[in-house]
Amino acid sequence: MTGKLVKRSVVQMLLALLLMTLASPGYSELVIRVTKGNDKPTRIAISPIAMGSVRAAEDISAIVEADLRRSGLFETIERRDMLAFPGRAADVYYRDWRLLGAEYLVAGNMRPIDTGRYQVEFSLLNVTGQKTVMTHKVSGTLNQMRDLAHLISDKVYEEITGIRGAFSTRLAYVTATRVGKQYTYRLNVADADGAREKLVLESREPIMSPNWSSDGKELAYVSFETGRPAIFRQNLVTAQRQQLTNFTGLNGAPAWSPDGGKMALVLSKDGNPEIYLLDLQTGKFSRLTRHFAIDTEPTWMPDGKHLLFTSDRGGTPQIYKLNIATKATERLTFSGNYNARPSLAPDGRTLAMVHRQTDTFHIASFDLKTGRMIVLTETRLDESPTVSPNGAMLMYATKQGDRGVLAAVSLDAGIRYVLPSSSGDVREPAWSPFLR
Amino acid sequence: MKVSFIKSGLSALFLAVLLTGCSTNPAEDQQTSTDIEDTSVQTGQVDTSAIDDSTVESVTADTVFYFDFDKALLKPESRAALLEHAASLQANPRNIRLEGHADERGTREYNMALGERRANAVKEFLVLQGVSPGLIEVISYGEERAAAYGSNEDAWALNRRVELK
Repeated sequence: MTGKLVKRSVVQMLLALLLMTLASPGYSELVIRVTKGNDKPTRIAISPIAMGSVRAAEDISAIVEADLRRSGLFETIERRDMLAFPGRAADVYYRDWRLLGAEYLVAGNMRPIDTGRYQVEFSLLNVTGQKTVMTHKVSGTLNQMRDLAHLISDKVYEEITGIRGAFSTRLAYVTATRVGKQYTYRLNVADADGAREKLVLESREPIMSPNWSSDGKELAYVSFETGRPAIFRQNLVTAQRQQLTNFTGLNGAPAWSPDGGKMALVLSKDGNPEIYLLDLQTGKFSRLTRHFAIDTEPTWMPDGKHLLFTSDRGGTPQIYKLNIATKATERLTFSGNYNARPSLAPDGRTLAMVHRQTDTFHIASFDLKTGRMIVLTETRLDESPTVSPNGAMLMYATKQGDRGVLAAVSLDAGIRYVLPSSSGDVREPAWSPFLR
Repeated sequence: MKVSFIKSGLSALFLAVLLTGCSTNPAEDQQTSTDIEDTSVQTGQVDTSAIDDSTVESVTADTVFYFDFDKALLKPESRAALLEHAASLQANPRNIRLEGHADERGTREYNMALGERRANAVKEFLVLQGVSPGLIEVISYGEERAAAYGSNEDAWALNRRVELK
């Protein structure tokens, strides 16, 4: 990263911090800092959207720029170096952009189309080939400028990389702030870039294990608000919530099935932690594991017929696979003496997990076909891996000093960024599914 | 025996009052301020003698028991205090709560299970000594409620614990 870029990102970080502090005082704003990018990033210029007479509070082009830069696959051209800000493909002088070393250019304009609605028409141009790759129209209200920006990022990213963009997705995470011995726990949802943080639940008692429903409209989580752990589900639009479990002992690790009809979870009412299936239509529980060891942290295979889970039945925590119909189990991991909290990438093959190497806890990826384990992170006390719905990035919780922060790494370990928080511990990220 | 338990109960109450008095929450302070006036006088009167002659009684027995990493085996040094608690609970049954905890290393839900396993180890010991299982509630907080803050061996050792309440 050049000095200029560093200086610029610091300024942007401070600006973003200021903006978000003004927007939501007392919350733990997340600001993204890219620590390692791709060795050969694609150079792209995002020309500022020609706004005409429209006044919007958000700078759409700046958001698109930040999105693409954060992916690690792109290097963006400085706005102040641009010779012109073309609003449409016809106004582009390719030579200007070639001189700046841009391989691609995004140019667009905004205009009002209806009462309160605005349309952005944007084009992606291949500067080297001197041709328009695509032109697209997106529209929304002035309150949806960030959504429009992320949608433009998704389209551009997919066109160039061939991978569906995940900039329009969201993150759920838990924060904990402590004053003396008094904790305040918060369950939040924010955009994938950390912006627009919204409070889902606040409690003096622990909140844990947020998990998205497959349609992205609800969260399941564990709350101790009754004095004991219980599993809840909550609709993110209506804020309506329902307590799903109230058993003696552990009520934990909820995992919504891919079809949304069931939930895998952990209960210890039988004396030790076992994995159960809750049918959300009938409210019936059925027990899946039967072992005196710890069985926990279930996660679904995409087929909806198998679960992966953590068990110490072999003496140390390891990852096992469970066939729901036959209840047969199979141990998957053998390398290392602590493998836990499996989180499957959407390819159904790459399994992220917490993995201990000597004394340090890292996130590793495990190839279910080849059995190869690769350590992805260089931080310490890493936990709670969650893979983006397009399989490009993995987010996890780690420590910076004594503070819990979120960090991300690409599944090939080539790209890294951290989301430092301005206050409190941030933990347990859960990446939403695609939301549209 | 009976007298000393009353005494220890009273000094525990005194301690509890002292602790609430230390609370940083002003609202709580206001709520309990009348209690402090009412009870501190009474407990203060018996307290000096209680400290003198009941030091070996249950009031001084440890209520926090520590464990090794990813282990739920009771340590030998926990036994003496647990035997005292067992005797006191049999002589004078009361409901207790065993809160199991883990250090921050490893995963959160696994640590919830580990905290419960530790609390169950303490429960089983007490039950074997004759304490009625119906008196004991077990709850795990996993790594969510640290007793010592910081990411180092000293803090971790203090956090791998079961608290008898």
